[in-house]
Amino acid sequence: MGIFSQLHLKNRVYENMAADLETSATEEQVTDDMFKLANHDIKEAEQTAFSGYSYWKSTLKVFLGSKVTVFILIFLAALLLFTFIQPLLPNQKDPIEIFVNPETGIQYKNVQPNSEFWFGTNTIGQDLWSRIWSGTRTSLFIGLCSGVATAIIGIAAGCVWGYARKWDRLFTEIYNIFDNIPYTVLRMLITYIMRPSLGTMIFVMCLTGWIGMAKYIRNLILIYRDREFNLASRCLGSSSFKIITKNILPQLISVIMLETALAIPGAIGSEVFLTYIGLGLPVSTPSLGNLIDEGRAVMMVASQRYQLFFPVIVVSAITISFYALGNAFADASDPRNHR
Amino acid sequence: MDMVKYCLGRLGRALITMAIVLSIVFLLMRLLPVEGYFGDRSDAMNPKVKEQVLKSLGLLDPWYVQLKNFWVDLFHGDLGRSIVYRKNVPVMDIILPKAKYSFQFGMAALVLEKVIGLPLGVLMARYKGKALDKFGNLYILIINAVPAAVYYLLIQLGGSSLFGVSMLYKPTDPTSWILPTISLSLGGIASTAMWMRRYMVDQMNMDYIKLARAKGMTSSQVSFRHVLRNAFIPMAQSLPASILFTISGSLYVESLYSIPGMGGLLVTAIQRQDNTLVQAMVLIYSAISVCGLLLGDIAMMICDPRIKLTKKGGSR
Repeated sequence: MGIFSQLHLKNRVYENMAADLETSATEEQVTDDMFKLANHDIKEAEQTAFSGYSYWKSTLKVFLGSKVTVFILIFLAALLLFTFIQPLLPNQKDPIEIFVNPETGIQYKNVQPNSEFWFGTNTIGQDLWSRIWSGTRTSLFIGLCSGVATAIIGIAAGCVWGYARKWDRLFTEIYNIFDNIPYTVLRMLITYIMRPSLGTMIFVMCLTGWIGMAKYIRNLILIYRDREFNLASRCLGSSSFKIITKNILPQLISVIMLETALAIPGAIGSEVFLTYIGLGLPVSTPSLGNLIDEGRAVMMVASQRYQLFFPVIVVSAITISFYALGNAFADASDPRNHR
Repeated sequence: MDMVKYCLGRLGRALITMAIVLSIVFLLMRLLPVEGYFGDRSDAMNPKVKEQVLKSLGLLDPWYVQLKNFWVDLFHGDLGRSIVYRKNVPVMDIILPKAKYSFQFGMAALVLEKVIGLPLGVLMARYKGKALDKFGNLYILIINAVPAAVYYLLIQLGGSSLFGVSMLYKPTDPTSWILPTISLSLGGIASTAMWMRRYMVDQMNMDYIKLARAKGMTSSQVSFRHVLRNAFIPMAQSLPASILFTISGSLYVESLYSIPGMGGLLVTAIQRQDNTLVQAMVLIYSAISVCGLLLGDIAMMICDPRIKLTKKGGSR
């Protein structure tokens, strides 16, 4: 009963409205001044069609979206900052000075960590705390230099290799030759011929590192070089150089940054390895590899293991941070992860 | 028939590459200072004796004569005798017993790597985003980021002080195998698990998997019957090379546990400038890598009939 009456009521309302419309149409005339012209605003017209997507903004948003990533980022930034301002702080010791007990005239050998020597001293009485930070600086310097140099040489060679199809065969053969010489042989022979030093070490790392980078970039260039937009660009007369630098490389920027970021922990690891096989820096230059090697020598004595553990903790913290950040950045720079 | 022709062609090209590699290493070795050939007795020798030593080693000839002699000997199947490391012992007699040790440890580690790595990867993909996956990813991150030299040391230290396992390798003590094998396999477990997980996650969204699920297979049946069989193909490609390369040994692990393997031999041979030994080892390593790649491609072709090596892919 209730539903029926409501329906009935509605019908009657519609009938009344229709009647009203009929009467108003006949009574009122439509004039021009009843309309208002809207301004044609180009900016406003664009706004509806524009998605607001920016590659770098989205990458940054995803990258900083993870709390763990932000924590590692802050941690690494603080660590790097501290590494570089440490020698400027008050009461810091010289990393290569041997400390002698003024009363007895004997060196402070293997002093356990205390308020004077925060990380203790090593077997000849040098301050481990300042040695570790000095070593971190050296290792980071090696890592950055060889990482950046490897990236630059590798990208340049990879671009030529991937883009110049005529030379592909030749480059591939050169790659095969380089790849077949065991890296250890190449590194050792070059180090012996050039004498061990900081420069030699960076050179040797670049020598064996660029070829892998070049191969990687070459494969990526092959993917992009014959895409339609490059074909169009070529038809319009762009030079090869312009196609590579303007069309292809910007697409690879995230990959390149990832590779460079991962090359830094890789180089720090290589430095530890080279030191282990006796190709490291001279003992007078502290580096993380040298410190770990010194720590390994006293590893069997339980009370002196701190000399191994402190450098190991610093190396691990730095390499893990770089590696985790590099991977987080690679994930973030993948457009499939953008929302 | 096509296949034989293809293999021969590839081997032929590889031989040229190997010849160039060997010549480069040969010449680099000749660039090293001559003092290295006398070892520690360098100061005690008078110049006449030194010259005689060099002459007997054939090192005073011009480099192209030395290179020619080396190639002539090699064609007669003679890799030469060690000149410093163990004087006048044929290099193969030095290398083979050492390679045996490295091969045994390497194979043990390789088996462990697949036995643990593959299931770990499968389980990580299955429980993606859960605790197991997070734990596995953390493990992979740490193993990849931390230099191997560092965690090898910690394993040796921890294993011997906490569990009382023998710190050095003894042929009579089977427990002394535990730590070196674990150390050798850690990196492999991480990369196998990482690869397997990525592969599984990619495959899970494929149409054929959805069909298999739709026709009523359980997800573990799908994993084992379909995904794992497909996953085996890329693995078949890398397996021959990994098996062959076990004989090169690991420098760190072998020197830490004093295993008389191949790992440190190359480094020692270069340090002591034992030219013939270095050349023989470089020859063996490049032969291994060429054969490993070829065998891998053939294995892959056998596992997957869709793959043809002889057909050339077109490019624009």
